[in-house]
Amino acid sequence: MTERLFEGADWDFHTLQRITDACEEVALKDLGLDVYPNQIEVITAEQMLDAYSSVGMPLFYKHWSFGKHFAYHEASYRKGLMGLAYEIVINSSPCISYLMEENTATMQTLVIAHAAFGHNHFFKNNYLFKQWTDAEGILDYLDFAKKYVMQCEERYGRTEVERTLDAAHALMSHGIDRYPGKKKLDLREEEKRAGRRRQHEEEVFNDLWRTVPKGASKSRTAISLERRRKLLGLPQENLLYFLEKSAPRLAPWQRELLRIVRHIAQYFYPQSQTKVMNEGTATYVHYRIMTQLHQQGRITDGNFLEFLGSHTNVVFQPEFDDQRFSGFNPYALGFAMMQDIERIVTSPSDEDREWFPDIAGKNDVMGVLRDVWANYRDESFIAQFLSPKLMRHFRMFHLHDDPEERAGIRVDAIHDDRGFRRVRRELARQHDVGYIDANIEVVDVDLSGDRRLILHHRVIKGSQLNETDAKRVLQHLADLWTYDVALIEVDGSDKVLREYVVSPRPITAAA
Amino acid sequence: MAIHIIDRRLNPGGKSLENRQRFLRRAKSLVQGAVKKTSQERDIKDVLEGGEVTIPLDGMHEPRFRREGGTRDMVLPGNKKFIEGDYLQRSGQGSAKDSGPGEGDSEDAFRFVLSRDEFVDLFLDDLELPDLAKRKIAQTESEGIQRVGYTTSGSPANISVSRTVKLALARRIALKRPSKDEIEALEAEIAACADEDERVELLARLEKLKAKTKRIPFIDPLDIRYRRYEKVPRPVAQAVMFCLMDVSGSMSEHMKDLAKRFYMLLYVFLKRRYKHVEIVFIRHTDRAEEVDEQTFFYGPASGGTLVSSALQAMHEIVRERFNPADWNIYAAQASDGDNSYSDGELTGLLLTEKILPVCQFFAYLEVGESGGSAFDLSDSSLWTLYERLRNGGAPLSMRKVSERSEIFPVFHDLFQRRETSQEKAAP
Repeated sequence: MTERLFEGADWDFHTLQRITDACEEVALKDLGLDVYPNQIEVITAEQMLDAYSSVGMPLFYKHWSFGKHFAYHEASYRKGLMGLAYEIVINSSPCISYLMEENTATMQTLVIAHAAFGHNHFFKNNYLFKQWTDAEGILDYLDFAKKYVMQCEERYGRTEVERTLDAAHALMSHGIDRYPGKKKLDLREEEKRAGRRRQHEEEVFNDLWRTVPKGASKSRTAISLERRRKLLGLPQENLLYFLEKSAPRLAPWQRELLRIVRHIAQYFYPQSQTKVMNEGTATYVHYRIMTQLHQQGRITDGNFLEFLGSHTNVVFQPEFDDQRFSGFNPYALGFAMMQDIERIVTSPSDEDREWFPDIAGKNDVMGVLRDVWANYRDESFIAQFLSPKLMRHFRMFHLHDDPEERAGIRVDAIHDDRGFRRVRRELARQHDVGYIDANIEVVDVDLSGDRRLILHHRVIKGSQLNETDAKRVLQHLADLWTYDVALIEVDGSDKVLREYVVSPRPITAAA
Repeated sequence: MAIHIIDRRLNPGGKSLENRQRFLRRAKSLVQGAVKKTSQERDIKDVLEGGEVTIPLDGMHEPRFRREGGTRDMVLPGNKKFIEGDYLQRSGQGSAKDSGPGEGDSEDAFRFVLSRDEFVDLFLDDLELPDLAKRKIAQTESEGIQRVGYTTSGSPANISVSRTVKLALARRIALKRPSKDEIEALEAEIAACADEDERVELLARLEKLKAKTKRIPFIDPLDIRYRRYEKVPRPVAQAVMFCLMDVSGSMSEHMKDLAKRFYMLLYVFLKRRYKHVEIVFIRHTDRAEEVDEQTFFYGPASGGTLVSSALQAMHEIVRERFNPADWNIYAAQASDGDNSYSDGELTGLLLTEKILPVCQFFAYLEVGESGGSAFDLSDSSLWTLYERLRNGGAPLSMRKVSERSEIFPVFHDLFQRRETSQEKAAP
């Protein structure tokens, strides 16, 4: 009989080591996962709260908003309104997983299987993460960012830095490249680049240039609209990138700050697009590993029941009329879909053969799943692999709420033959960030006139921006641009729905 | 594959402390308002306990472009009875769709917990000791000793070995003193050397090296450094607070309560400025006695009123136990203003001659009945007396209080930063 990994609920560091080794064996041999080296860190509740408030990263630059989040989380944690996550995992190499010290031995096993192998494999193999994140460089980059912000505060004053960061944070959701460029991001290079730039500035600085008389400015030949737009790279949906490159009066360090915020936003971009898949993968992996360990006799029946208890809680999906309902639970949906794929691959029904001819009955479960994990994001994953059986299982239905419709909200499709495809398409769309985020672009700058920056918001399905928030964000944008900024909301037929114009606030004289 | 397991639990906590401070600094005026409001509802006793405050989120809002309204499509789980083409009423059944987590706009007020220190800091932030007191602090300094660098002379007990050896090493390297290894290597070479001529030459070299070693000592008196100490003035870090109160029959419970609140605030305030604060309670009728806190506030007493007795008692206690050179002395007197007519002269004399010169600060608080406004009555005998003294230049602070809610403003007023007086002093 195989030796048990642990007895009861207690664990120590040797137990953790044994657990990790056991999980690793199953993950690599049986599931064929491909992971970054693992680093497992045991932390306290306070440290977990710390991590919460700085977007889960182990080190981050200082900013008041993180303090606000910390205070908020702490207050609700103390009141018992909020439980803490069992773990946090960071997409880096080595892949760092934080485990809470309060977890029982079973929970630690679950968490190690979930984070250190499930998430880890997903981070390393999914195409979005490969394309957009640099796992090797992220921790060094965050360290650089932290130091850089600190240096800026010393050189230019805390208030100034805070103003720039506030503005950059407000625009963070629109500081993302949605289409891969020519060059892969190399975060290690970033730090050297910033250093070189500053060094160059210091080397070539010569006060004499200030005294050289300026000639009469050349008369600018009017350039055509097309040419101008092209020079500025318009239209541009990455607002932070545009400001970094084209805002007329930003200091170099401000551009660098915008760049830092932009890189960090970009780093998190894949995570927002793969919630269902990421959690689905991790949950599926921990379920397989735990079952395997139990079958090998390395986990007692009692501990396995404890695991099943928390597992069931995690993948619980309340129904829409339940008080606890708050949208689809990515763990539940993701896990159900992974299991469903396993079923389709091993024992398909006729319906599955018709819907999924490529994978039905292929028998290589892990091969298919690894391929899915590598090459899809939530939207395409759901559009491709949500089976009629699962739609029936969740009893999904599609509601269409048109405010113009007097009769009420229409049930557009339900889980029947007529509705499967429509339900699936709508659900996929719900997980498409391109559809969820407001589509805002810089379309023009009046360079020869008052330098007004013009943005368009393409309104989809009549859903306009929240007015107070939009004004505040535009205020930040105008402060960075330092001239007027106009945001025009247009619908599909170019009809103007609303127009905002915001002027920059005068910069308060430095004390 | 190597797996690292790291125990981070022992890492220093409070990593987000700085972010928290930044947040508090940014929200300062909001939090301060909230703290003042919270403290009004509290007992003075727990005023310092920290705790939860609520601030409007407005100034702390982090805006984002958010979409709202318009036509909405959603896919939901748990269909029970709907079929395609059904219409749901917007209220009732359809409202389930709104039950999403209201992260964005629902938290328009922001609650969080302040620690005790943060609370007190914000509570007393814009207060400071009066100018008079600060001048006195500067005068009543004692001396302490502090390490400051190195010196070339001193007592052997103060030799700094590490610095001495460091300098010696630097000197040896600079003067190229042969090392032990070098000599040993040469000796070994001599021992192994067969050729006589070469041997002689090597021996000569060895002699030279040895002579050089002797010429350049391992440690030279030049190298020796001593730790240097300097005397620095150290401000007196202890204070004593005298609470004087009239407990004659005319003082009601309400009045005592007002006085108590004032003493509490003063205590808290001093506690923040001094490491060690002692309190002396002196109550008086027509004679004064030093009592414990319980008796001071709640013990029954009756009799006439002679303020001078309390001042006399305080003077004696100061002389016996609290040398003004070692202690910062604060006194607060609470009374309803009654004093025996014949006592006025003695009181005035004691105060100006004995008490005020040794005190950092002397406050007189005249407490009145709740509802009785402070201005409709003619001034009490004590008030008149003190006012005359103050007009004569005595550094006295005096206020009238009759409502609980007035305590903090009065206290605030007494200790507020006197920027105006500094401005006056400047030109």
